[in-house]
Amino acid sequence: MQINFKINSETVEVEVEPRLSLADCLRDKLQLTGTHLGCEHGVCGACTVIVNGEAVRACLMLAVQVDGDSVVTVEGLSNEDALSPLQAAFRRNHALQCGFCTPGMITTAHALLSEEPDADADRVREVLSGNICRCTGYIPIVDAVLEARAAYADKKATS
Amino acid sequence: MGEFGIGQSVRRTEDDRLLKGEGRYQDDINIDGQAHASFVRSPHAHAKIISIDTEAAAAMPGVIRIATSADVIAAGFGPLPCIIDHMLELKRQGDLPRVLPVRPILATDRVRHGGEPVAMVIAETFQQARDAAEAVHVEYEVLPSTTDTAASAKPDATQIYDDAPGNVCFDWEMGDAEKTKAALTDAAHVTTVDLINNRVICASMEPRGALGQYDKDSDRYTLHVGTQGVFSLRDLLAGAIMHIDPSRLQVISPDVGGAFGMKGFVYAEQPMVLWAAKELGRAVKWMSDRTEAFVTDTQGRDHVTSAKLALDKDGKILGVQVSTIANLGAYASQFGPGVPSLLYSRMIPGLYTTPAFHVAVSGVFTNTVPVDAYRGAGRPEAAYVIERLVDKAAREMEIAPDELRRRNYIQPSAMPYTTPSGLEYDSGDFAGNLNDALKRADRDGIESRKAKSKAAGRYRGLGIATYIEATGADPKETAKVEFEDDGTVALTIGTLAGGQGHLTTFAQILHDRLGVPFDKTHVHQGDSDALPQGGGTAGSRSLVIGGGAVQATADKIKDKATKIAAHMMEAAEADIEFSEGTFTIAGTDRTMNIMEIAAAAKDASNLPDGMEPGLDHTDEFMYLAPTFPNGAHICEVEIDPDTGTIDMQRYTVVDDFGKVINPLLVYGQVHGGIAQGVGQVITENCVYDPESGQLLTGSFMDYGMPRADDFPSFNVSTNEILCQTNAMGAKGAGEAGTLGALPAVINALVDALAPLGVTHIDMPATPESVWRAISAAKAA
Repeated sequence: MQINFKINSETVEVEVEPRLSLADCLRDKLQLTGTHLGCEHGVCGACTVIVNGEAVRACLMLAVQVDGDSVVTVEGLSNEDALSPLQAAFRRNHALQCGFCTPGMITTAHALLSEEPDADADRVREVLSGNICRCTGYIPIVDAVLEARAAYADKKATS
Repeated sequence: MGEFGIGQSVRRTEDDRLLKGEGRYQDDINIDGQAHASFVRSPHAHAKIISIDTEAAAAMPGVIRIATSADVIAAGFGPLPCIIDHMLELKRQGDLPRVLPVRPILATDRVRHGGEPVAMVIAETFQQARDAAEAVHVEYEVLPSTTDTAASAKPDATQIYDDAPGNVCFDWEMGDAEKTKAALTDAAHVTTVDLINNRVICASMEPRGALGQYDKDSDRYTLHVGTQGVFSLRDLLAGAIMHIDPSRLQVISPDVGGAFGMKGFVYAEQPMVLWAAKELGRAVKWMSDRTEAFVTDTQGRDHVTSAKLALDKDGKILGVQVSTIANLGAYASQFGPGVPSLLYSRMIPGLYTTPAFHVAVSGVFTNTVPVDAYRGAGRPEAAYVIERLVDKAAREMEIAPDELRRRNYIQPSAMPYTTPSGLEYDSGDFAGNLNDALKRADRDGIESRKAKSKAAGRYRGLGIATYIEATGADPKETAKVEFEDDGTVALTIGTLAGGQGHLTTFAQILHDRLGVPFDKTHVHQGDSDALPQGGGTAGSRSLVIGGGAVQATADKIKDKATKIAAHMMEAAEADIEFSEGTFTIAGTDRTMNIMEIAAAAKDASNLPDGMEPGLDHTDEFMYLAPTFPNGAHICEVEIDPDTGTIDMQRYTVVDDFGKVINPLLVYGQVHGGIAQGVGQVITENCVYDPESGQLLTGSFMDYGMPRADDFPSFNVSTNEILCQTNAMGAKGAGEAGTLGALPAVINALVDALAPLGVTHIDMPATPESVWRAISAAKAA
């Protein structure tokens, strides 16, 4: 099947099998390998991408379902030169070790803070509890997301 | 050394790429023209293979080749090795040799655990390979299975191997049985604990994979595989399995998405993709999914232990006796039998003066996935036993748990101290760690906090654990420093990180030692062709041994650079002073820095007669002794008796890692270790169905991985007592978090529920088991 969707501000046309997951479509058809597959049944959150502003599991969504939609991956949240404020907060707080779960953490946190730039620690923990990290013990990730709130508050105020 | 020196929390050079989604992990590596592999795996825990019918599968779309054990035999490949004989001489009771069964790469006539590979299907696409793998028809005769650790050691248990009666792989003893027995007889008090160290799944977030290539012209293989050490994997694959010269195999590791011991081993899929690459003349890729990871990745822990502690009337330890059954799984894995024998038993005396000790361990086979090293490998198991004993003894003798520990600690003045298990501790202030931790945890305020909880209908407890461990594994490491034409420095190291931050730490050490600019240094790892030899990540060894190699290499470069500086500035070598990368003629303002010398050294005309041009150098380091990181963990919990849920309120750690190179990264290691330890205590448990032998916790839906809302903040600090056996003064930090966490959390739970009469809770202390413990205590 042929589908059209917006991926990280670019519109693409892709030929996909109906059974192809969005994650495999991003990774194999579009070479966007920042989206990682950790469990392929929606539990670990490593493959989280943003579809029409909402964080979704790319392993549980079929590629055909995003026809006409807007999809943002970790690559779309990254600039060529400097780290984004959220990414910089991750680095400052040592919120990543092996880095495999990190893109899913970044997309999940971005979706949260875009909607709730004033999320408190409990709320951040609650939302991040949908993503598994085996390396960090989570505390630096929570700290990084809390620290990044300021940048999103500014954005929300000016938008 | 400014902001990039030793002791600075330098932010990682790794992060930029990984945060932008530019990491290159196993599944991101693809080779033009590659085919895809999928494995047919045993659905049974124990069965005879009657027949394998590949005809229907072979006719399916895209299928290129199907391999079974006949192909492996035709290739002349050896079985998956257990290299324990290189480490220890294991025996069974009655002076019989240990049993190391043949572990075929693909099963021949029998399968002994669910998930064991039986056939390999190679197709044009991954989906086609998977579809066809499902169409391979294997006829099995299902046999009775045994999975439970203690039950498998009983005389009436199902026998897995004809030549391993009682399912025994080995019986191991350490210490003095008679002396320990006498200590127990003479003791004023004997404390007994029976405990289970539950089996856990390593669960790196990135599953395993393997991508094999073969080049006909050079007759060389290349394996792309996320691993913990490319050199040892190369040598084992080439030497033990493929019977080729190691120079004919290059192992390259991409970014590694977590390993924790589990990725340190050779696995069946690795030789198979190499075999297939040669057979087909094209690259062959295999990528595990999560379900496969659960049934093929080595698993961890799994001990059943009965232990006794003998004390005099003042709470002084007289002896400790430990009897353990260790579940090895269906086969002896690469290091599997070494973990519950040597690595475990030699740490049983812990931080205490222990006049007599005896440890007896039986390693038994079961129809489960093989067990091997998991973060800590034997030391967390030992720390759990001794710290439960000491804590329980204190409670029984009505001595404060910290005080009983203090009465028994090996004193700093006694260092170096040789333990009865033969380890020589070089340094440590165990009471100092504990005292600091108690203060940071506000132990003085615990009674009022307990009272507040009680008023709210909850039980609060504070648990103490102190630990010591021996780090090490492969004692040798290699480092190469090259000064590139573009003014950068390439540092190639033989060890390999999977998230620990080596690229940053080793650049810091080189910067400290040689003064090369931190931001011009690029650290390389994970290519077996890049160095003559190397080690890898295991046993918290990389910083001390790899760092030693960086220092040794830097020192040789400094010596040569001094000669060049003297020659170029026309001074005597003895007059050249070195500091922070600058070579100065003493008493003058005439200087050259290391980068200027490196550039000049490329031109022979700048050098003394006969000197080889260039400053590049490769060197090795061999460590003299293990390091002994130690510390104190204090955990405070609140329990809701109605639901059995545990609310972790505080977690405090004081560690002695000797000289800390990068505090940020060390705290990261401690946090991660605590999380894995706490996970094992409160949520994680690997469960096999006792009837069918099926893994019941075979997905993240069923296996309780700890999550972000399970943890409070951790209060982590260090007490730097320099290690006396290496130049940096550093002690390994990678695994320590798991050592303290198991006993600290259980001791906290027992402290909370002691008023009800609870004396022990086994791991995992899930809400259900805590609730049951409360109910049973109330009913008693």
